Amino acid sequence: MFSKHKALDRRSVIKGAATSAAALLATPHIAGAQAKVIKIGMPTILSGRVAQLGTSSRNAVMMEVEKINAQGGLAGRTIEVVVRDSKGQPQEAARVSRELINTDGCEILIDAEASSGSFAVQEVVKDLGVLCIHTCSETSSLTADPKIRVPNAFRVCRQGIHDSIAGGEYAAKISLAKGLKTWATCSPDYAYGRDSTQLFVEYLKLFNPAVEVTTETWPKLFQPDYTEVITKLLQAKPQALYSCLWGGDLTSWIDQASIYAMFGQMEVFAINMADYTALTVVKNLPKGIHSGNRYIKTFPKTERNAKYGDAYRAKYNEYPTNWSWENAAAMQFLAAASKKANSADGKQIAEALRGLKIESEFGQDGTMTMRAEDQTVIGYAIGWGTTIAQEPYVPEITAGNWAKILELETAWKKKSGYL
Amino acid sequence: MDLIALANCLVSPSCLVTQTTSGLIIGLLLFLVAAGLTLIFGVLNVVNFAHGSFYMMGAYFAYTVYVFTGSYALAIVGAALGVAVFSIVFERFFMSRVYGGNVLMQLLVCYAFILILDDVVKIVWGPEFKSMGMPDYFRRPPVFIAGGVIPVFYLFLMGMTALIGAGLWLIIGYTRFGKVVRAAAVNPQMVSALGINTGLVFASVFALGGLLAGLAGALAVPVRSLVSGMGFSILIESFIVTVIGGMGSIVGAFVGAILVGMVRSYGSIGFPLFVEGLMFLLMAIILVIKPSGLFGKEA
Repeated sequence: MFSKHKALDRRSVIKGAATSAAALLATPHIAGAQAKVIKIGMPTILSGRVAQLGTSSRNAVMMEVEKINAQGGLAGRTIEVVVRDSKGQPQEAARVSRELINTDGCEILIDAEASSGSFAVQEVVKDLGVLCIHTCSETSSLTADPKIRVPNAFRVCRQGIHDSIAGGEYAAKISLAKGLKTWATCSPDYAYGRDSTQLFVEYLKLFNPAVEVTTETWPKLFQPDYTEVITKLLQAKPQALYSCLWGGDLTSWIDQASIYAMFGQMEVFAINMADYTALTVVKNLPKGIHSGNRYIKTFPKTERNAKYGDAYRAKYNEYPTNWSWENAAAMQFLAAASKKANSADGKQIAEALRGLKIESEFGQDGTMTMRAEDQTVIGYAIGWGTTIAQEPYVPEITAGNWAKILELETAWKKKSGYL
Repeated sequence: MDLIALANCLVSPSCLVTQTTSGLIIGLLLFLVAAGLTLIFGVLNVVNFAHGSFYMMGAYFAYTVYVFTGSYALAIVGAALGVAVFSIVFERFFMSRVYGGNVLMQLLVCYAFILILDDVVKIVWGPEFKSMGMPDYFRRPPVFIAGGVIPVFYLFLMGMTALIGAGLWLIIGYTRFGKVVRAAAVNPQMVSALGINTGLVFASVFALGGLLAGLAGALAVPVRSLVSGMGFSILIESFIVTVIGGMGSIVGAFVGAILVGMVRSYGSIGFPLFVEGLMFLLMAIILVIKPSGLFGKEA
C-alpha cells in the first residue's frame, strides 16, 4: 500500500513547512483584505460637560453608516463603527485611538474629539499611519501648520480662522451701519476663547478700523455664576459685545444677563448661539442676538438640508448639533472617496480624498471640497444672522463670502509662517 | 489690573449699587451651600465632599417639579425636602458607618457618591445641559436704584436667603434642637449619656445641611444651566468660604461668603484677570493671620 504513495523526503517537508508558515503569517493580512466588514474607530467624548456633543457625533455617524451600508458599504465592505469614550482627556483620546487600531482592528479613524484631544490623536495616526478624519477640532493649526499636518489625516469641520473672518466681516457691516464703535468681549478663559476672540477682533478691525475694544471679560470655563462679569459689562456700557461662550455656559450667561436687561443695552454677537443645543434650551431667548451658524436646518435654505434636520430629529428626538453635521459630512467624504478609489484601503481613500468635491446638504452652495494642499474642508455653510425666540430661531442668515475668506486665510497663513 | 476703573467704580453710586448687590447675590447663594457644609463638619467632624452633589440634586429636583407643576414655589419646597430626605438616607446607610474612621474612607465614600450621583443625573435627566428659564412673575424689567441695576429675581433671592439665614440662626441659637446640635458638636458622648438619640441628631444635621443645599440649588436654577457635575465648582468655592469663615461656624460661613462675593464682584472691575486668584489670596491671608479662620475655634 505504502509503495503506491510517493515517500515524503526532507526537502518536501521543509518546503511544506515553509509554505504553511508563510500562509499562517499572511493569514491575518489576507483575511483583513478580504473581510466583509471594515471597522471604523471613533474616539469621542461621551461623558462630562460636553457629552451631548459626543453623543450627537456618534448619532450622526450611525445615521450616515446606515445609508452607506444600504448602498453596499465601502467598496463592498460593510462598515462597523467602534465608539470609545475619551472623557474629553487628551491622554485618554490617544490611548483609546491606539486601542481601536491595534486591538479592535479598526482600519480608519473618525476622530470626534475637541481640539485638545485631536492633537493627541494626530500623533497616534502619524505614528501608526492609519487614515484619520478629524471632525470636531476647529483649531486652524491642526491642518494649517505643516509641522503638525500628516498625509493620512484630514479635517472635515469648521475652522476658527474661517469663522473669524466671516464673523469679522459681518460684524463690521453691522457696526458701520449702526455706528457701533465701542466694543466689549466676554469669552471663556482658555485657548479656544482667547484665540477665537483675538482673531474675531482682528478681522472686525480690518473691515472697520473705527472699532475700539474697551472692555474684556474672561469668565472661566464652566463658571456657574456670571453676575460679576455681567455687571462689569453693564458698567462699561459698550455699544456692542462679542462672545464665544458655548453650550451650558452660554445659556447660563444668557439667562443671567437677561434679568439685567443687558440685551437691550448693547448689540450682542454670540458666535455659538445658533446651534440647537443652545437655541432649544434657553427658555427666554432674547430677540436680535447676532450669531454665526453652527448647525441650523434653515441654512443653507435647501430642501435637502431641512430634510436632514428633520430626519435626524425624527430618529434621535433632538435636532443635530454643530458636531453632528461635521461627522455626517466626514462620512459622506469617506463614502465618496471610497467610491472614487473603488477601494476600502486607507491609502487609496486618502489619495482620492485630496481635492475631492462632493455634493452635500452642508455645503454653502450644495457642495464641499477637501482642499488638497492642507487636507481640510472648505465651502461648508458659514454665515451670520439674528435670533428670534421660536423656530426657526434664526430665520435669515447672511452667507459668508468664501472667496474673501480664502483670500484672507492665505494672508493669515503667510503671516503665521505656515506658507 | 485696572485700579483706575476700580477707583471710578468706588466713587460712582450706580457702580456701587450694582457691584454691591452683585457681590451679595454671589455670596448669599454660596452661603446656603457653605452653611450646610460647615454645619455637618461642626457637628459630625465630617467633611462632606458630596455636598456639591446635593446642590446639583436640588437644582434637578426643582427643575423637575417646575416642569410638572409650573409652580416655582412648589419647586423650591420639593427640592429642599427631596434633598433633605436623600441626605438622611446617605447619612444613615453610608456615612454613619465611617464616622470616627479613617478620613480617607470618608473621602472615598463621598467621592463615590459624587460619581454615582453624576451618573444618575445622566441616566435620569440625560447628558445634555438643561435650563429651567425664569418663572413668569420674575420676568420684568430690573429695578434701578441710584442708577445701579438690580434684577427683580435677585431681590427675591436676597430676601429668601436672608430669611433662610435668619431662620437657621434662630434654630441653631434658640431652639431645643439647636442646643442639642451644639452640645453634640462639643461632646456627643455626653449628649448620648443624657438619653438623647445622637444617631437621630446626626441624621437631622445631615438633613438640615441637605435641605440648605437643596434650597440653594432650587434658588439658582432659574439662572444657571443644569448639567451633570455642576456641583463641583460650587463645592470648591464653598470650601473657600468655610475655610475663610472657620470650619464649623455658620456666622463664619456667612461672613466668608459675603467676602468672597464682594471680592468677585469688585475684583472683576479692578483685577479682571485675577478674580479667582484673589479669592485664594484672601483665603491665604486670613489663614496666615488666623489659621482657624475668622470665626473658627482655635485647636
